[in-house]
Amino acid sequence: MITGYGPIQRTVRVWLPVLFFLFVALLPFYWMAITSIKPNSELYSLRANPLLVHAPTLQHYIDLLTTTSFLTWTWNTMLVAVISTAISLVLGTMLAYPLARINFPGAGLIAISVAAVYLVPQPLLFIPLADIINRLDLGNTLTSVILTYPTMLVPFCAWLLLGYFKTVPMELEEAARIDGASRMQTMRRIFLPLCTPGFISAGIFAFTLAQNEFLYALIFLTKTSVRTVPVGVISELIKGDVFYWGQLMAAALLGSIPVAIIYSFFVEHYVAGLTSGAVKG
Amino acid sequence: MVVRSEPIVAVGRLQRRPVTLSTWLDRGSVFSWLMMAPPILFLMAFVGYPFFYGIALSLEDRMVAQPGTFAGLNNFIRDANDPVFWKVVSNTFIYTGIATVLKMVGGLGLALAMNQQFRMKNLIRALLLLPFIVPTVLSTVAFMWMLDPAFSVVNRVLIQFGVPKPGPSWLGSPILAMFSIIMINTWRGLPFYGITLLAGLQTVPVELYEAATIDGAGGWQRFRYVTLPILQPIILIVTLFSVIFTFADFQLVYVLTHGGPQNATNLLATYAFDIGMGAGQLGLGASVALTMLPALALLIVAITLYLRKKS
Repeated sequence: MITGYGPIQRTVRVWLPVLFFLFVALLPFYWMAITSIKPNSELYSLRANPLLVHAPTLQHYIDLLTTTSFLTWTWNTMLVAVISTAISLVLGTMLAYPLARINFPGAGLIAISVAAVYLVPQPLLFIPLADIINRLDLGNTLTSVILTYPTMLVPFCAWLLLGYFKTVPMELEEAARIDGASRMQTMRRIFLPLCTPGFISAGIFAFTLAQNEFLYALIFLTKTSVRTVPVGVISELIKGDVFYWGQLMAAALLGSIPVAIIYSFFVEHYVAGLTSGAVKG
Repeated sequence: MVVRSEPIVAVGRLQRRPVTLSTWLDRGSVFSWLMMAPPILFLMAFVGYPFFYGIALSLEDRMVAQPGTFAGLNNFIRDANDPVFWKVVSNTFIYTGIATVLKMVGGLGLALAMNQQFRMKNLIRALLLLPFIVPTVLSTVAFMWMLDPAFSVVNRVLIQFGVPKPGPSWLGSPILAMFSIIMINTWRGLPFYGITLLAGLQTVPVELYEAATIDGAGGWQRFRYVTLPILQPIILIVTLFSVIFTFADFQLVYVLTHGGPQNATNLLATYAFDIGMGAGQLGLGASVALTMLPALALLIVAITLYLRKKS
């Protein structure tokens, strides 16, 4: 915009606010990391400087991985997130493609309904869903969450993909149609391969949403062997009034890592999804 | 388009080709509805049906694992006479209102700070988004430990600066507990506003700023009369989205305070959970959850109308 500040002014105007936001955003993660490698003697001492570690240890991680079911929960979380994301991408595409590409009566109504369904928050549905899952005898199975997560993820993926599909030029599909390809062939062979970036954006977003989900998992999964990371951490690592803070922080950090890694690889796609979801509509 | 030069009659003859299954399936509307049928049926079964089933439940006197009896509006009358319910309603509005304003103002600040030229911008943007992508429950556990009554690092730092021991009871006093959940919600949601508004800022043409500067506009005036009007639609839509999910927030409060102390931080979602799941009163719980509907419905209609106007 307007340049020509001196170096000091520039530091104050540019770096001070950026570093402030960075500090606030990252402080809890620093605190997780540092707590997870402190021995208990340091954790619960009021004399040692709390911001530093004097004798780092991996004991909390070893305890977490050997004495709790953390690895099982991680496996469950991954399995559920991957399957529900895959289901949601397929179903989302089936909704978004006709809405983006074909003129048919009722298209506007369906598009608006998809947006509205996306906006229905879970707390409005969890009590009836709990009863329905019970009656289907699906309590304490991963199927219960694999079936219910797509209720949030399908409208979300459809909405995001709809925005993306509309940006792809029509010419290739028109050419394929003129050459006699059916709509199905045009969609599968010509159109969908062009949309990989859109699928990556929607997929990563859906994956992080599925990893973050807590309410349905809390209600439907009450056995250790089927729990996901957030529910396992809250229900089993916090026992009554005794908090194993070292272990809890190790779990919080390890539980965040899969999302963070996937996110770091595709951060541009994630940001594109974030902004197109809200900005372009 | 291709047949534009042919006489109308020819077009008519083209359409009278014998209808085989494959040409029928290839019709625009047939193809579309067949393609959309599985996802629509899925959403009707797992969103539409539970939604109406929830309304039916709210009209029943229904305990978990027991058949219910129709109770009319009794559950809602019980809610209306329950002082805790009104406390929870007011908490929900306070929480949503303050957190939304903080996220909007802070997010705008973040976007303006990021919309400058500096090194490592992409890395910094990626790091700034971390609070938004890390599972809420896990980051909330970290805050729980930072605000721990005995070993709070926040208090230990404050005490170094002269605050009397043992420091504020962040989760134990009603006002501070509300303050804490609002701040943590802001911490988590602010990057969403910031990064979305940043994308909006990047669409503002530089020429507009140059023209404004030539016309004698100062920094504040450029912001007020150039930046804000262009950002306004994005601010509106981001805020509407975020208000819905803040209004119905569950995880943060459930993990950090469980609604306490003395319901000071209980929100509609957590209260409905306590009644429906904790106490097993499905009907009453469903009625509490449904009281969110009027406010939510207004917001949802506002968003969908807005999106339709845009498309």
